Amino acid sequence: MRLGALPPDPRDIYSQMKGGSAPFGKEDEMYSFDFEKPSSIADAVAALGAEDAQALGGGQTLIPTLKQRLAAPSVLVSLSGIAEMRGVCVEDDGALVIGGATPHAIVAAEAAGSYPALAALAGQIGDPAVRNRGTIGGSVANNDPAACYPAGVLGSGATIVTNTRQVAADDFFEGMFATVLEEGEIITSVRFPVPQAASYQKFLQPASRFALVGVYVARFADGVRVAVTGASEDGVFRWTEAEAALNKEFRPDALTGLSINPANMIADLHGSKAYRAHLVSVMTKRAVMASL
Amino acid sequence: MKVSMTVNGRLVEGDVEGRTLLSGFLRDQLSLTGTHVGCDTAQCGACVVHVDGVAVKSCNMLALEADGAEVGTIEGQAHADGSLSVIQQAFQDHHGLQCGFCTPGMVMSAAALLKDNPRPTEAEVRKYLEGNLCRCTGYHNIVKAIMAASGQDVSHIAAE
Repeated sequence: MRLGALPPDPRDIYSQMKGGSAPFGKEDEMYSFDFEKPSSIADAVAALGAEDAQALGGGQTLIPTLKQRLAAPSVLVSLSGIAEMRGVCVEDDGALVIGGATPHAIVAAEAAGSYPALAALAGQIGDPAVRNRGTIGGSVANNDPAACYPAGVLGSGATIVTNTRQVAADDFFEGMFATVLEEGEIITSVRFPVPQAASYQKFLQPASRFALVGVYVARFADGVRVAVTGASEDGVFRWTEAEAALNKEFRPDALTGLSINPANMIADLHGSKAYRAHLVSVMTKRAVMASL
Repeated sequence: MKVSMTVNGRLVEGDVEGRTLLSGFLRDQLSLTGTHVGCDTAQCGACVVHVDGVAVKSCNMLALEADGAEVGTIEGQAHADGSLSVIQQAFQDHHGLQCGFCTPGMVMSAAALLKDNPRPTEAEVRKYLEGNLCRCTGYHNIVKAIMAASGQDVSHIAAE
């Protein structure tokens, strides 16, 4: 971080993105930065080797963050010009692979046949104009604790493919705005095994259009996965007690009596810890119902 | 840094900083002030323009990201003879605006919607406008105008 810039506090970013007030006054003035738009992954990796370089996906979170002066990169490296990182395809084994720079609107349209629940999730992010810019790689790398994609990625047991390695979703997310990504590492694609049935149920926070609570339930031949976003101070998580109950019996009633400990839930003006904990149960039941 | 793009069919060039927003380039360098900046946080939609055929919030996109792109703004919506587009005329006919601040974004979003979905239902129109805020009208006549612009009968929608 350069002189004059404060290191970003995840809580400031969270509060700003969810409609909180700006920590600094001049919101229309970003710190100055250079801009590069490489056309290959190799060139992007090279450009990101510069000190304080920052990758730019669709910018739908990063640009507001820059406007709030919560980040001060020396150079933004746009990933939008890399053709090999855009698009949706189904591999021979049936897995759905989405390029890291693919906008949500493209996923919503092109994955609708192969993985309808994930396409529906993509179609609920933000609003139409945001979905035309925001990308899956940007969302997953940012790991906003109320973003939709982390729930779909963790709930599907997807694999995050970067320029250097492949990481299982279970090992990827490390808490609010934190992942295992190294400096300069780029999400080139995300690979989703397609479940037998799945559903994402989002309780919308209508001002920010993020999830107040969102639950992704996916039923595979070898078990059920339940991933929760919007609720925990630690970001997206798997509700393993619910998974165990649903593995015994895949019905909403199987969740009766199960509850989430509210201690670790997010509390803000939109909902208390107890309210979010309650919503997790309700949205999980709805997701199971929708998957039947 | 140099940037060039096609705006409303005209090739334009400019010199911008990395941090220059598309909205700023359109307004400050091209004097296309029909693109409004309302919230400057990508929530209100007053700054919606088309980039390569899709609606985007120009206050949330760097000008350099639009290098080489086809950009459409509200100034390019009217016909060459100056007469209003079908959508603009419908907004006038059905009183789809009061103060008018949100209107450029509303019209650009409506145009993007009708390109993909020429005969939307009322629910689809309301859903599509989730990223466009209007603090005057209560949306009713905006929705009505867009339904009318799509060639559908709106006589059953009561005037408000």
